[in-house]
Amino acid sequence: MSERTDVRAHTVRLELDDEPGELLNALGPIAEHGGNLLSIFHERGNRTPRGRIPVEVDVEATPERFDRIVDALRQTGVNVVQAGAERYSEELTVLLIGHLIETDFSDTLSRFERCSSASVAEVSLTVADDATDASSARIRLAAHAGETDRALDTIREVATEKDITVISPLTGGDAV
Amino acid sequence: MRLAIMGAGAVGASVAELASAYGHEVTAIADSNSAAIDPNGLDTEAALATKRASGTVGDDSPESVLEAEYDVLVEATPTTLGDAEPGYSHTVSALERDRHVVLANKGPIAERYDEVRAHERNSEGRVSFDATVGGAIPVLTTIDDIGRSNVTAVRGVLNGTANFILSRMAAESLDYEHVLAEAQDLGVAEADPTFDVDGTDAALKCVILANVLFGGGYALSDAAVEGIREIPGAALQLAAEDGQTIRLIGEVVDEEIRVGPRLVPETGTLAVSGTQNIVQLQTERAGRLNISGRGAGGDETATAVLGDINRLL
Repeated sequence: MSERTDVRAHTVRLELDDEPGELLNALGPIAEHGGNLLSIFHERGNRTPRGRIPVEVDVEATPERFDRIVDALRQTGVNVVQAGAERYSEELTVLLIGHLIETDFSDTLSRFERCSSASVAEVSLTVADDATDASSARIRLAAHAGETDRALDTIREVATEKDITVISPLTGGDAV
Repeated sequence: MRLAIMGAGAVGASVAELASAYGHEVTAIADSNSAAIDPNGLDTEAALATKRASGTVGDDSPESVLEAEYDVLVEATPTTLGDAEPGYSHTVSALERDRHVVLANKGPIAERYDEVRAHERNSEGRVSFDATVGGAIPVLTTIDDIGRSNVTAVRGVLNGTANFILSRMAAESLDYEHVLAEAQDLGVAEADPTFDVDGTDAALKCVILANVLFGGGYALSDAAVEGIREIPGAALQLAAEDGQTIRLIGEVVDEEIRVGPRLVPETGTLAVSGTQNIVQLQTERAGRLNISGRGAGGDETATAVLGDINRLL
């Protein structure tokens, strides 16, 4: 369990010079150090004050591998502006109820991350004694600002497919 | 006012008992297969005693109540879905005679709101139904006071049975089946608890709220409804470890109706316990208003019915 959930989605924000080969140069270290490239957002029309092109890369890797990737990027001269979970500024806690183990729980969690760019920050699981009964889990996700709705849509989609009930927080009501 | 009461269950009987204290007179009362009628004022105690002894309130037929002398028809027959009968026909019959109708029955205004309003427009009589949402809590009256266009969203716990079950499950670390059986022993849940635990009852109340807020057009089929039967005790414990709990929350937001179990802060406003109900109105300029209280019960609901009757004067 711990080994599998250790693989997390990380966001790296880079600033590249507007020159041929720069993007490829930046992606090399990711593959070399065992990172799984999830998405690249290349904001070509949007320049930084110093005339560079901001690029956002989502990478799936264990924390150790991710650290090595960031080190390698910096060593090859790529300007790494932000790395890791700092940008996950919103949290979302949901409960899942259903045959969680039988429907491949680790697949469920990794699909939450893959499809929503949210990161699973904490998992508490209570497995039912009797296999015919439903198990329950509490999942805390870290999501990018303003993206919790999208994360929730993804969770519902995956859950519906696996016949898992999602209990989501009430939003908009009085928190206290 | 002279009252004709359709339905002699907990609510109808309580309206009959309390009517004189509110300055009204009961001229007719019917249960599902009998009726007692007296244009000069019925001895309601005697009619209810007859019902307790023999199972019928009198010798007349229930339909004859609709032809009796009265100013206000109190519709307190059980809520039915779909065509909402017989409550719908009772309502129409009263309006056609230019009489007022006060409903405790959710069916006609949840399922056939536009038709009821159309009949009301052609009648001297008026229709009111504060008792249908939140029992004794004056939810619709409050919305009326604030002005429906000033209410931007409504959220709340609208079913005491489901709330009792969830709060007991959380407090005692028990499973659904266990607490349901306990609730049935206590009379908090009915022998067939489907309406309450599947979210139907809360959804009907939300449909009524949506009809009031948006001027009609909603029925139960427009609501997204989930119940609480599938929630294991373990899920409530996982929620509690994080300072949260689960409540069956009804929402009318952005012209959509949703009812389902939701995570709410354990110490939050909406996490009422036991059979309490709470309604939170979000207003345009006055923040949030929370009103809580008893959402069900004979005297509680009758209190709302009699309040509606007094406002007709």
